[in-house]
Amino acid sequence: MNQLKTDYLLDAKGLACPMPIVKTKKTMKELDAGQVVEVQATDQGSTADMEAWANSSGHQYLGTIEEEDVLKHYIRKSSDEDTTETKYPHTASNEDVKAKLSNNEQMIVLDVRESAEYAFGHIPNAVSIPLGELDERADELNKDDNIYVVCRTGSRSDLASQKLAEKGFQNVVNVVPGMSEWSGDTEKLNN
Amino acid sequence: MAVNVMTASDVTKKIFNQESLFILDVRNESEFQDWKIEGQNFEHVNVPYFELLDGVEEILDQIPSDKETLVVCAKEGSSVMVAEMLSEAGLDVSYFKGGMKAWSEHLEPVKVSDLKNGGELYQFVRIGKGCLSYMVISDGEAAIIDPTRMTDVFTQFAKEKGVTIQHVFDTHLHADHISGGTMLAEETGATYWMPPKDATEVTFNYQPLEDGGQVTIGDTAIDIHALYSPGHTIGSTSFIVDEKYLMTGDILFIDSIGRPDLAGKAEDWVADLRESLYSRYKALSEDLVVLPAHFMIMDELNEDGTVGATLGTLFSKNHGLNIEDEAAFRKMVTENLPPQPNSYQQIRETNMGKITPEDEEQREMEIGPNRCAVR
Repeated sequence: MNQLKTDYLLDAKGLACPMPIVKTKKTMKELDAGQVVEVQATDQGSTADMEAWANSSGHQYLGTIEEEDVLKHYIRKSSDEDTTETKYPHTASNEDVKAKLSNNEQMIVLDVRESAEYAFGHIPNAVSIPLGELDERADELNKDDNIYVVCRTGSRSDLASQKLAEKGFQNVVNVVPGMSEWSGDTEKLNN
Repeated sequence: MAVNVMTASDVTKKIFNQESLFILDVRNESEFQDWKIEGQNFEHVNVPYFELLDGVEEILDQIPSDKETLVVCAKEGSSVMVAEMLSEAGLDVSYFKGGMKAWSEHLEPVKVSDLKNGGELYQFVRIGKGCLSYMVISDGEAAIIDPTRMTDVFTQFAKEKGVTIQHVFDTHLHADHISGGTMLAEETGATYWMPPKDATEVTFNYQPLEDGGQVTIGDTAIDIHALYSPGHTIGSTSFIVDEKYLMTGDILFIDSIGRPDLAGKAEDWVADLRESLYSRYKALSEDLVVLPAHFMIMDELNEDGTVGATLGTLFSKNHGLNIEDEAAFRKMVTENLPPQPNSYQQIRETNMGKITPEDEEQREMEIGPNRCAVR
């Protein structure tokens, strides 16, 4: 897999338990909500611990890639997106989108999560543009397409939908709740 | 308060003596659920170390003041950290040296008995994983049965006893732990024996164990009779040592019987298993002392730490030997099975010599509880 884009790289190689988690926890405090850290570790036990720790502390464990004896863990700092209200008026449910996809309707699924989130599981053929890059990359999209914007919980996609509407995109729909409860097909970047 | 250290050997003795101990296990929940240090009077609380990074205040009231407290983790590091924090909070606690990794590998030698003509029989209790190996000693010579991969324990013990290891046996192709058989034979120049029917795919040389065959240890003739007893594997072979001890491998345990499914042939092997247990063993003397290759629960330990009971006792108390109805027996050993051991396919391939994982990998493959039996 190509280098995943992350906000911070933490080198915990050669460190034994508990240090990889101790260092990750410290790093998390420095990050902004929603940012992604890549933790490189060689302690084999770190994968299960990283996932269990992230779940218990509210962070989002995205996944782990093993590359030449180095474990690369990807974790996204918790944010308050679960509780934020969505404002953009045009929404579709996960089920609606699933049905449209299986009917092969003409549509673009735009995934606005961080690239590491996208890497560990996304709707097949979804286009990846993280929310933070949308302003500069919006011209990669076609204004007349039917665009279904998806993120993890419907919050970032709400902001993204508003942005796109402001830029003159006509047919933008926010998918609610999004990937956290997606039951349809997904694919991963090849590992 | 000072932080103390407790070793696997210390904890093993507490189990043997049925002492009480409070264990604070700081591994993650799934590892704790999979297996833990068990003793009849041991109490456990599981709080992952990563929940305690900001302090131990919240768990202080869960730790009893009237019991010894031991902090356990996977490899030691986290237990030291938590033990130090508890110590700073004024508690007197120990951490567990080497963590569950050391627990998985610890062998405690226990003397089973003297033999006729001055020999001795030792059982090596792998307390964390439930594996049992044996050493038969007579007149300067030794034979090892079902050795684990920690071969230095056997060579060291032989050295202390001043005996030369002449023969190494595996009762069958193991699926739950990595055999030290070929390695031990290589290190000591001993002859390595295994049942030919379990060895069809092995990549190394071995001496075939044949039904009725006999090997003598020392000048005082402690005979080891091979008794073909298929069912857990097709080649499974039992031994009768010194006309008194019946080593049953993974066919018959103290409180359970062998499972026939680990080579993917449960249906085919049920009849063999029943035949071995209900006919071949039935025909033997009830006074023979059964010494299995495993134990599953601490209740199976005798007061001196050994695992063994007479065949007569087992025929009256072991549920698996008392199922009259053949269909009910078949149902029990094919449907009522615990999960298969961790990495058992890889372990089988390692024991055939087909793959040679690194030490660290072998360790990981063996982590977890023993699951060779059905009750």
